[in-house]
Amino acid sequence: MSIKESSEAIFSESPGKIALRTLRRDKRSIISLSILGFIIAISLLAPLYAHFVAHTDPFASSLDATTKIGGKVVPVLQPSTTGLGLGVTPIGPTWNPSSYFLGADGQGRDVMARLLFGGRNTLLIGTLAGIICIVLALLIGVVAGYRKGWVDAILSRLLDVIWAFPVYLLAISLSVVLLTSGLKVGFVHLGPGSFALPILIIGVVYIPYVARPIRAQVLSLREREFVRAAVGIGAKDSTIIFKEILPNIIPSVLVFIPIIVALCMLTESALSFLSIGVQPPQASWGTIINDGLALLYTRPWVGIAPGLLIVLTAASLNLYGDAVRDALDPKTRSRGDA
Amino acid sequence: MISFIGRRFSAMVFVLVSISILVFLIFFATPGVDPAARIAGRNADQQTLMQVRASFELDKPLPVRYLSMMRHLFVARDLTSYVNRGAKVIPQLSQAIPATFSLVIGAAVIWLFFGVIFGVLAASSKRKWLDPTISFLGIVGISLPVFWLGEVVNLFTQSKFHSSIFSWVPPLGYVGLSVDPWQWFLHLLLPWLTLAVLYAGIYVRVLRSEILVVMSEDYIKTERAKGASEKRILYKHATRMSLITIVSLFGLDFGALVGGYALLTEVVFGIQGVGKLTFDSLQNFDLPVIMATVMYSSFFVVFMNAVVDVLYAVLDPRVRRA
Repeated sequence: MSIKESSEAIFSESPGKIALRTLRRDKRSIISLSILGFIIAISLLAPLYAHFVAHTDPFASSLDATTKIGGKVVPVLQPSTTGLGLGVTPIGPTWNPSSYFLGADGQGRDVMARLLFGGRNTLLIGTLAGIICIVLALLIGVVAGYRKGWVDAILSRLLDVIWAFPVYLLAISLSVVLLTSGLKVGFVHLGPGSFALPILIIGVVYIPYVARPIRAQVLSLREREFVRAAVGIGAKDSTIIFKEILPNIIPSVLVFIPIIVALCMLTESALSFLSIGVQPPQASWGTIINDGLALLYTRPWVGIAPGLLIVLTAASLNLYGDAVRDALDPKTRSRGDA
Repeated sequence: MISFIGRRFSAMVFVLVSISILVFLIFFATPGVDPAARIAGRNADQQTLMQVRASFELDKPLPVRYLSMMRHLFVARDLTSYVNRGAKVIPQLSQAIPATFSLVIGAAVIWLFFGVIFGVLAASSKRKWLDPTISFLGIVGISLPVFWLGEVVNLFTQSKFHSSIFSWVPPLGYVGLSVDPWQWFLHLLLPWLTLAVLYAGIYVRVLRSEILVVMSEDYIKTERAKGASEKRILYKHATRMSLITIVSLFGLDFGALVGGYALLTEVVFGIQGVGKLTFDSLQNFDLPVIMATVMYSSFFVVFMNAVVDVLYAVLDPRVRRA
């Protein structure tokens, strides 16, 4: 390792190192990574918040819970004052971190605690779906582009079919079918409430977005002189793929990661909003927005808060994606700093 | 050229047939899923299940059922709903189409207008703050979940400020263009804007980076060397070249949206369009309706894909041989 490093220092800096340095100095990457770090941290701390600060179970409905406002004990679900006065309205934000900071939802659960737990699920599903999508797309793209011929024909048609199947309709069809009964393939059985289902569904749906450009890139790399030279000296396919082709497509894959994770996260919340993603009593930002739909005009914060977090997270990921792209490909940088 | 179009459109038919088979298999052949139980409801007894199996022909082999469904959908055009026995699928679909088209066309006008203007501005402006500001707004645009944005819009226009500045906003829903053009416009204005935000964000970003890439091409340097003005280079060459990408992107997005991608906007604003129809039928496990809407949707996506490819081939002869 040390020999390699020193030899690089003598000759020149590798493009990867230059990109990394550019990225580290980019204000956008600093800002976006700090925001993401903050959101991930508070989501990871969700159980601690629920247990030690809010003293509540965010998954069990607590219709007769109470809280203190200005020293007075009040019920969390208050009798409706509007209309016939039959229903109940959950309590609004207390802005007091130790109890119902953002108010309660229709089942008397602490929205703030659910929001943090929901963040864990949304981030987890978005990230894992994004990784699955990129790994499979890389595999399909490289194999199709490198093998060409009938392998390429079959894989490309497969991508065409997924591509033409409207993303949400495909995701929704799969979710509706699988979420009620789960998936049984051989020994593997994924239960209806399993997160594996939304992760797989969302991951698969976006494969063509990544696999198509990778395949095109591999096709053109194959014809380049250095790959032909490797073929000429009799290098094995695996050597050519790992030593010659992969290093050249890694930059575009890196650019895709934050963008695809953001996309998967948005899709997860959309599916959960349509109540076919994360299943109750589990929460995600999408399900909380859905909970907030019925309370929109009386307790708007239930629906607004998770949406703000989604925007903040997705925007940070996209901003970071821009910074990565500019660091790797100077062409798209604006003229101001080029 | 004709053989290219021929190949492209036979590929299109292949994709459509595959999608119909895929939908069919998702619903009837997913391991562990019993369609009869889904149709009969959660707590159906054995007898009901048997009845359902017989009356929906679930006891026949898969290929027979697939062909029969396709024949009813495309040849006889009398496919009926599972849930609402007797209700024909095709009229249901054709009733939903105008609402979706109204929503998508209006939004498209808005996002193209803002996307192109701001995209060109971001790539070309001499003012240093303009590009980062527009790029930032673009990022916010693509990061907004459309269903949430719709909810927030509803909150402000239907509740918070409904009695003051938004008193002109009609209740949620859709009014046909032929019924009352002014009400049609008022009902759709906010859904248009909501849907357009995401796409305006995408188009600003794509156009900006396309123009920047084209600007670094050799022929632009040649133009500069010839003494062409920056304005001429920007509009006559860079923007024009980049618009090819925008046109093809637009083809795909328009196809996808008309085909049901506008589902979330339709759900939030209570517009009975194709996306809403599909979503409702998915929840009822109403396969005939789903089959019809998915076929209709993918037709638009695949068709616009093919049109874009052919347009590309017309513009760029190199593509034809590929």
